Amino acid sequence: MDVKQLKTVGRSFPKKDAMQLLLGKPVYTEDITPEDALVVRILRSPHANAIITKIQTETAKKVPGVEAIFTWEDVPSTRFAIAGQTFPEPSPYDRLILDRHVRFAGDAVAIVAAETEKAAERAMRLIRVEYEVLDAVLDFRSAKDNSVLVHPEEDWFPPCEVGGDPKRNLVASETDADGDVDAVLSACDIVIDRTYHTKAFQQAMMEPFIVYTDLDRYGRLHVVSSTQIVFHTRRILSRALGIPKSRIRVEKPRIGGGFGAKQSAVCEVYPAFVTIKTGRPARLIYTRTEVQTAGSPRHEMEIRVRLGASSDGTIRALDLYTLSNTGAYGEHGPTTVGLSGHKSIPLYTGSLEAYRFSYDVVYTNHQSAGAYRGYGATQGIFAVESAVNELAERLGLDPTVLRDRCMVREGMVMPAYYGELTSACALDRCMEHCRQLFDWEHRYPVRDMGNGKVRAAGVAMAMQGSCISNVDVGSATVRLSEDGTYNLLIGAADMGTGCDTILAQMVAECMDCSLDDVAVFGADTDASPYDSGSYASSTTYITGKAVEKACGDLKKTICGIAAEMLGCTQDEVVFDGSSVRSAADGRSVTLTDIAYRTQAGGTVAPAATASHSSPISPPPFMVGMAEIELDRMTGEVKVLDYTAVVDCGTPVNPALARIQTEGGIVQGIGHTLYENVTYNDRGRPIESSFMQYKIPTRLDIGALNVEFEASCEPTGPFGAKSIGEIVINTPAPAIAHAIYRATSVWHRELPITPEAIAMTNTDAQK
Amino acid sequence: MLTIQNYVRPETLDEAWECNQNRKNRILGGMLWMRLGRGSINTAIDLCRLGLDTIEESEEEFSIGAQVTLRQLETHTGLNRYTHGAVRAAVCDIIGVQFRNMATVGGSIWGRFGFSDVLTVFLALDTAVELHRGGIVPLAQFVTMPPDRDILVRLIVRKTPGAVVYLAMRNQRTDFPTLTCAVSDLGGAPRTVIGARPGRAMIVPGLPALPVGQWSQDAISAYAEAAAAAVPTGSNVRAGAAYRSHLCSVLTARALTQLGGINGWN
Amino acid sequence: MELKLTLNGKRIIEEIDADLLLIDFVRAHGCKSVKRGCDTSGCGLCTVLLDGTPVLSCSMLAARADGHDVRTLEGLQEEAADFVGFIAAQGADQCGFCNPGFVMNTIALLRENPDPTDDEIRAFLAGNLCRCSGYDGQLRGIRAYLNAKKREG
Repeated sequence: MDVKQLKTVGRSFPKKDAMQLLLGKPVYTEDITPEDALVVRILRSPHANAIITKIQTETAKKVPGVEAIFTWEDVPSTRFAIAGQTFPEPSPYDRLILDRHVRFAGDAVAIVAAETEKAAERAMRLIRVEYEVLDAVLDFRSAKDNSVLVHPEEDWFPPCEVGGDPKRNLVASETDADGDVDAVLSACDIVIDRTYHTKAFQQAMMEPFIVYTDLDRYGRLHVVSSTQIVFHTRRILSRALGIPKSRIRVEKPRIGGGFGAKQSAVCEVYPAFVTIKTGRPARLIYTRTEVQTAGSPRHEMEIRVRLGASSDGTIRALDLYTLSNTGAYGEHGPTTVGLSGHKSIPLYTGSLEAYRFSYDVVYTNHQSAGAYRGYGATQGIFAVESAVNELAERLGLDPTVLRDRCMVREGMVMPAYYGELTSACALDRCMEHCRQLFDWEHRYPVRDMGNGKVRAAGVAMAMQGSCISNVDVGSATVRLSEDGTYNLLIGAADMGTGCDTILAQMVAECMDCSLDDVAVFGADTDASPYDSGSYASSTTYITGKAVEKACGDLKKTICGIAAEMLGCTQDEVVFDGSSVRSAADGRSVTLTDIAYRTQAGGTVAPAATASHSSPISPPPFMVGMAEIELDRMTGEVKVLDYTAVVDCGTPVNPALARIQTEGGIVQGIGHTLYENVTYNDRGRPIESSFMQYKIPTRLDIGALNVEFEASCEPTGPFGAKSIGEIVINTPAPAIAHAIYRATSVWHRELPITPEAIAMTNTDAQK
Repeated sequence: MLTIQNYVRPETLDEAWECNQNRKNRILGGMLWMRLGRGSINTAIDLCRLGLDTIEESEEEFSIGAQVTLRQLETHTGLNRYTHGAVRAAVCDIIGVQFRNMATVGGSIWGRFGFSDVLTVFLALDTAVELHRGGIVPLAQFVTMPPDRDILVRLIVRKTPGAVVYLAMRNQRTDFPTLTCAVSDLGGAPRTVIGARPGRAMIVPGLPALPVGQWSQDAISAYAEAAAAAVPTGSNVRAGAAYRSHLCSVLTARALTQLGGINGWN
Repeated sequence: MELKLTLNGKRIIEEIDADLLLIDFVRAHGCKSVKRGCDTSGCGLCTVLLDGTPVLSCSMLAARADGHDVRTLEGLQEEAADFVGFIAAQGADQCGFCNPGFVMNTIALLRENPDPTDDEIRAFLAGNLCRCSGYDGQLRGIRAYLNAKKREG
């Protein structure tokens, strides 16, 4: 397929909602839901691990304006998971709405519903809780087989068998291999054996978690939530509350960012429970502190890499062991960890003879982790790409040339990636393009700038997926309106990424109409066709294909109706975007004629719904290069330039793909240099606000330079793969590499702070 | 959540002072992070009607009203000409323009916060504070005084000929500093101020004399090492004590070097 | 206490609690563009103009706006419409939640400095956080707007 022939796909258009957003129109949950709903607040545990021995709410209930206070004694006893995943979920059912056993500092103790914020606040202060404080598991390295159990309960239930055992604090465990890794490693000239550590970084989307609930005109539970997963949320609520799915409707308005945080139903159960119990509208808005301390951040991981190579730099074996910290609950624990190996090791399919990948996912008494852009791949790629850079530097080889020799290329079968074939892979072109664009030849050498400052560069490659193969389902309904325009109904969730727009671009392309002639609606469980939701980089690739299919079906339907109107058969007519004409005699009917016809005596709906799923998950690929200026005295690192070239298949909307890339890179820079997640010795989180958890400002980044190397994925819509997640994966290894070049020290733990750089004795490690 | 029962705008300093004698009342300053505190304020006192929101420059001094914002400090031509941009350098990385449009000099100085860039730079200058009842007190003395119920009216910065350099280290550009450093030469020996230790900014005592004329790299290093040795540092979430002491030496040396490079100035 | 102010050109006289924050006051008056992104005066999402000066409405008592002119994006639609199309063209609006604060502070910047350098733009807008865009698209958009204005003369 030649993208240049396309009219709408492959071109930059503003997002369809852009002017509404930029002019500050009321489109978010807090803006569109009633102010007089009950204010819901959550009383939280100050202890990392404790049993509630007594909880007294009578005094608090007497505060004027308090409608209800609920404790563990009031909630259903069915355990559930809040992970937004397809049923049966790989995540264990290990939660109750409120549990007598609180498992992290910030775990929910009581739900307060009041007429005003002030009344709720007062009531919270008047609830008396007595705790039996237990020892806590605060170091994930000692969690497995610890005598302290995070989930001692007997009704812990895994919907899928993933190797978990709560009696060992294990959520999941597995080993996967191809070839005899030990034999190859022992035959290698050089083995790099290193351990890397990444933290539980926060998505820090600007809109906090927010949910509004009421009973609709049929008495059903109506949920308005800032969520990426309307259908999963309906299912989760149904189980947690013990009410049928048919009695629940979940919709999302505009979402103020998600990045995976809103791929878990973090707080929907609380106001939903209030509405069910009181019959009244309820609204819960998390404070930033709650977002930071009771949200769903990244899984902290420690990854040991053993990389075996020949002395010429040929990478022959990779052996990874990942220890992942899921925190107090298991959401996304069994799945994120898989990507740390399966989306890092295959990068070296070009030369790899054997690999092994094993992992343990453990419970601790930390905030529960969830899904965050990159979803384990980011952690694994930091480890593997750093190890590859360590190899290149040890051998004195240009790390880009070493990669040229070993990287995966188009047409290869990737044993570490479920045996999938790379039918579209421009990684080699990305590397060459990036080298030129960045001027690697001149920037890779370390340059002393005087005054203690040096400039240096680093590189990393990355991959991701484009869906969860054989699992994710995307659907689209496309409907003809009487003015010849279209409605596109989806269940995928645009969280700012622009998927509403790029899916509409696909409709415009398929139906040969203007982008303005496509109105998009999503997402609402009552009105949208089923979609797993927007995560796993799947919306463009999976829902996009469903759009393409639905358009094909709709075109046939329209031609059928037109043929009847023209008195000929369907194969005698031609669809041209604004009308359907008879090929034989040129007579035609406009789309308007056809649509009106369906409204007057019509028996065929001018609409089509299609679903799509994929047996494969074609990886996008990327190369990132960073130039830094490092102050050897203070340890300060300035990222002067970040250049990236991405193969996302066909960029459906290049402007939006570029912004996705730039945004992902900047998040990655933050994780690499200053965003940190730590706990005090009692297990209380330190970085509980934006005052302590520092995300990059526009003063913290240098030039960003993003270009694309298109490939054409035969199974994707218009050759597209994915873009949303891969873009966060290269900054950590590339910047850590540049820091090594500037200081001769490898930093294997994130973030790499000025203090860590300035205070590391350069002689201590080589 | 902070609750406030009443809000007043006194017309005179006496009235404000009277009101502030009640321990349950508080002067708002720029408010900002005050709201992060819990508890209850009976009467919030806004000094906005007292005309304390201007910077007056005369031949001898700058008079900076307590309600002057950090943004006014940042953009004031005379003050930044006199300090060669050091005042601007001290405030320009504090959160953002909107924050600096609200945060007041009075609030920053009165709080005697450990992290204060503002306190650091003014300690390096010939600065006094005027207290409504306490009168005019050198800033260096004021920072050691225990908090009381007086009112800070203005800062007085004497235009002593000399030069000042401000440097700070931050993990992230708009974060709290991990160390602040201001070095001035106002005739006589240089004065070195270190803040965000993380304790409150202090004038470093007992530093070696520097030779008149050009300072050699060795003399600067010795001075900077002495400063690092003399300044007590501690650890918090942003940095450890050893790194802060290291930074103390690095920033002091750099500030001195820059100071030596400022010629024929003021 | 009684509060008298002008909100987007409209005189309002109202009884308020002393501790009512300006953000809650303006939102209650339909100015939903004003957003809360943090609780620590650090994200810039709640930016409004007080007598033309950008301030954080989350950190200001409504009482302090007494006698002043308050503008939110609802009251600056035309001035905003002038340049936000250039941000949209870059796709830098993204989730949009930070957009109103960003647009308000950009308006303040351009009133104060109609021809800013890239560094001046970065410095003035440093207190406006955005987690989606990576900031460069916003900068390109402002630059494109300024260039277009120059071409118009």
